[in-house]
Amino acid sequence: MNRYPLWKYIVIAIALIVGFLYTLPNFFPEVPAVQVSTSKAAIKVDTALLGTIESALKDGGVPFLGTELDPVGVKVRLSDVDTQIKAKDLLQSKLGDNYIVALNQLSTSPHWLASIGALPMYLGLDLRGGVHFLLQVDMKAALDKSADRYTTDIRSLLREKKIQYSGIGREGANVVLRFKDDAERNRARLEIEKAYTDLSLRDADAGGGDLRLVAALKPEAQTRIQAGAVQQNIQILRNRVNELGVAEPIIQQQGAERVVVQLPGVQDTARAKDILGRTASLEIRMVNDDAGALSAAQAGQVPFGSDLYMDRSGTPVLVRRQVVLTGDRINDAQPGFDQRNNEPAVHVNLDGSGARIFKEITRENVGKRMAIVLVEKGKSEVITAPVIREEIGGGRVQISGRMSTREANDIALLMRAGALAAPMEIVEERTVGPSLGKENIDKGFNSVAYGFAVLVVFMCVYYLLMGFISSIALSINLLLLVAILSMLQATLTLPGIAAVALALGMAIDANVLINERIREELRWGATPHAALTAGYERAWGTILDSNVTTLIAGIALLIFGTGPVRGFAVVHCLGILTSMFSAVFVSRGIVNLIYGSKKHLSSISIGQVWRPAAAAK
Amino acid sequence: MEFFRISRDIPFMRYALVFNVISLITFVLAVVFLATRGLNLGVDFRGGTVIEVTYEKAVDFNHVRAAIDTLDLGEYSAQSFGGSNTALIRLPLKEGLSSAQLSEKVMGALKAADPTARQQRVEFVGPQVGKELYENGALALLLVSLGIVGYLAMRFEWRFAVAAIVANLHDIIIILGFFALFQWEFSLPVLAAVLAVLGYSVNESVVIADRIRENFRKMRKATVTHVIDNAITSTISRTMITHGMTLMMVLSILFFGGETLHYFALALTIGICFGIYSSVLVMAPLVMWLGVSREDLVKPERKPDGEGGKILP
Repeated sequence: MNRYPLWKYIVIAIALIVGFLYTLPNFFPEVPAVQVSTSKAAIKVDTALLGTIESALKDGGVPFLGTELDPVGVKVRLSDVDTQIKAKDLLQSKLGDNYIVALNQLSTSPHWLASIGALPMYLGLDLRGGVHFLLQVDMKAALDKSADRYTTDIRSLLREKKIQYSGIGREGANVVLRFKDDAERNRARLEIEKAYTDLSLRDADAGGGDLRLVAALKPEAQTRIQAGAVQQNIQILRNRVNELGVAEPIIQQQGAERVVVQLPGVQDTARAKDILGRTASLEIRMVNDDAGALSAAQAGQVPFGSDLYMDRSGTPVLVRRQVVLTGDRINDAQPGFDQRNNEPAVHVNLDGSGARIFKEITRENVGKRMAIVLVEKGKSEVITAPVIREEIGGGRVQISGRMSTREANDIALLMRAGALAAPMEIVEERTVGPSLGKENIDKGFNSVAYGFAVLVVFMCVYYLLMGFISSIALSINLLLLVAILSMLQATLTLPGIAAVALALGMAIDANVLINERIREELRWGATPHAALTAGYERAWGTILDSNVTTLIAGIALLIFGTGPVRGFAVVHCLGILTSMFSAVFVSRGIVNLIYGSKKHLSSISIGQVWRPAAAAK
Repeated sequence: MEFFRISRDIPFMRYALVFNVISLITFVLAVVFLATRGLNLGVDFRGGTVIEVTYEKAVDFNHVRAAIDTLDLGEYSAQSFGGSNTALIRLPLKEGLSSAQLSEKVMGALKAADPTARQQRVEFVGPQVGKELYENGALALLLVSLGIVGYLAMRFEWRFAVAAIVANLHDIIIILGFFALFQWEFSLPVLAAVLAVLGYSVNESVVIADRIRENFRKMRKATVTHVIDNAITSTISRTMITHGMTLMMVLSILFFGGETLHYFALALTIGICFGIYSSVLVMAPLVMWLGVSREDLVKPERKPDGEGGKILP
């Protein structure tokens, strides 16, 4: 009666083999490595790069253990941390800015394991050290900015259509226009409605002949602008993170207006914060080339309506205060070459109204200079100040002349990075030093190990063979839990390790229930075989019920938890599932294997079964 | 080996009133502590900055405080954390100063005072995030409670569901009461522990409820009190052993898991200890007061099948 059909054993065997295989990678130590990748679509990471890297390392006299090419990039294994840093510096200088050279840790597990997707568990930041930021995009600023843009656009539209207005300005996220004449206002409304479908218009009369027209963004346009702002910020953050050289950065949107940035293994957190927290914006303004103005400004007499800035080489440039274009008009900026003379150049792509404004400006200012100004942390710097050679229409602008390829790269990067759609603010930060991470792993491991040992000893002493079987089931539970965590690449945090310990502590409940039940059945005179069957069958309902309620708590945590708590919840839920499998299905399998074949079973090794009847005598 | 040799059912229900009064007193005490002292909310919920700094030697807090005092950051606290070489500095939220600037300023001042100072960990939570985490925590608690009530009501009967959730929320309040009384820091992991306790401690109620139902089927002539007494008595051995085991694991986390998990493990420890008490001595009497009866649990149409033990193959 206590026998399993063959297929049940096969299921157990498969689970064990799979569990073992996927747990295996966690036992291999990690070696220092350098990872070379690129963020640029135009640059291929291929075997040629692999060759370049290998020869560069050989020429530089940096010994390495091996190299590999995967979709992410080239990874070079190194023997120790010192050579790792040497190799990173060497490769960075050899390969230039098109590549991201990052320090990394690689598992030494064999290739065939990785090829079946068996990877070590993915450690959270509290275990491996690193930085976690939650950034909030300032949505109000994004809307204000777009209202600013509409103000400029409507102004030039009205001028173009020769509509008389007495004033225009932004009020909050709305654009307010003033008219003297109702007929003009109606014309303006028609034109604006035709040109900008995202705006809803309403009349607002202030009285006294002051006729107003208020243009507000439609709700769906607001949502789109906000979503766009977040997306653009994510893109910018990616670029900035690339600058940091992080092997496995995570940059994700969270909710409607937040972005999570996780930089595992970053040591210099101050620099990371600095680079991420940069509030840069880009402005295109005209250069004030009036005779004598520059020298007067340098003498301390800055002309009204102008600012004196430095360019990147330290040359002073006098720039007019009026902003012609802002960075968010720039769709893209890429380094490249001037087709006429093959000199390095930057190709800039403007959006629709940017193109129109640019055309106007260049037509009126041929021969003059315009400055591209990066405003960062309140400091302004002129990236470049090219001369306008001709009227430029169509929104495709080329900046060229007197620049190296590297400079072209830099300018393009700065122009892209400068175009933050809306300011961001760090609303949550969690930084863990690498040594603390290591300590946390050790502590977590110890608490699981010691707790587990006590459990096993107690079970074996109290329930003898049945306790031993329970302990095996518990070990299998641990094995499967680690295997599933590795398989899912779920993030393991310190609370997650605590959840492993807790899961084991709770999983034993099922076995205690079963064993107690068997003892009880024996106590009331059931035959050993009947007691085994009844113990498992009757305990099952209870085990199911109690696990479902625990699972409810786990799922709620999974839904509402963030960060480390989420790590706890994941393990907690998985632990419940694996424990149901191992404590009931697997342990029964072992019991059946041992006792099932014996037809006349006289006793079960489950420790002493005390009978009240015997005690009463 | 067998620890629990109980030949006669322990008449738990005879003392039900006593137990209920005891729980009521502890419950009221916990509520009073919560109301008067309040929870010492950690940076997760309140917002603010925590910086963990290690030194090569034991921390000299006079120097640390002197260094931070020069920055004029408002009311902060600096205390040792884990070992004597580590200092934990808690700073309040400050308008107009971002987290990046704040932690750098503090580290700068500490390094100036003692160059061996090393930043181990920084946690900054903005005011809005803190508020959200707090709300989410409360929502999770509510959801878990409803989920458990719903499941138990479906699986057993509403009386069990109500009794179980009252018993277990009573545990939660007592854990929170402890945190309020001793002003232990209530952080996100502690909240996770509290919710885990809620789920875990319901296990206990389920086991007893299961046995009560089974007893109603088997012990046809017994009174309700007798049925409940027998259910508790016959499961007491497994109750003590399981909880003992889980407690072993939790104590292992408490002793070896380090400072980060300290309050997490502490919350679990209290929760497990009170969990035993509450499921046995709060939930069962409540079920009794609520007037559970055989007819509520044993479906009459099952009777023709014969014995209650028909589950046996």
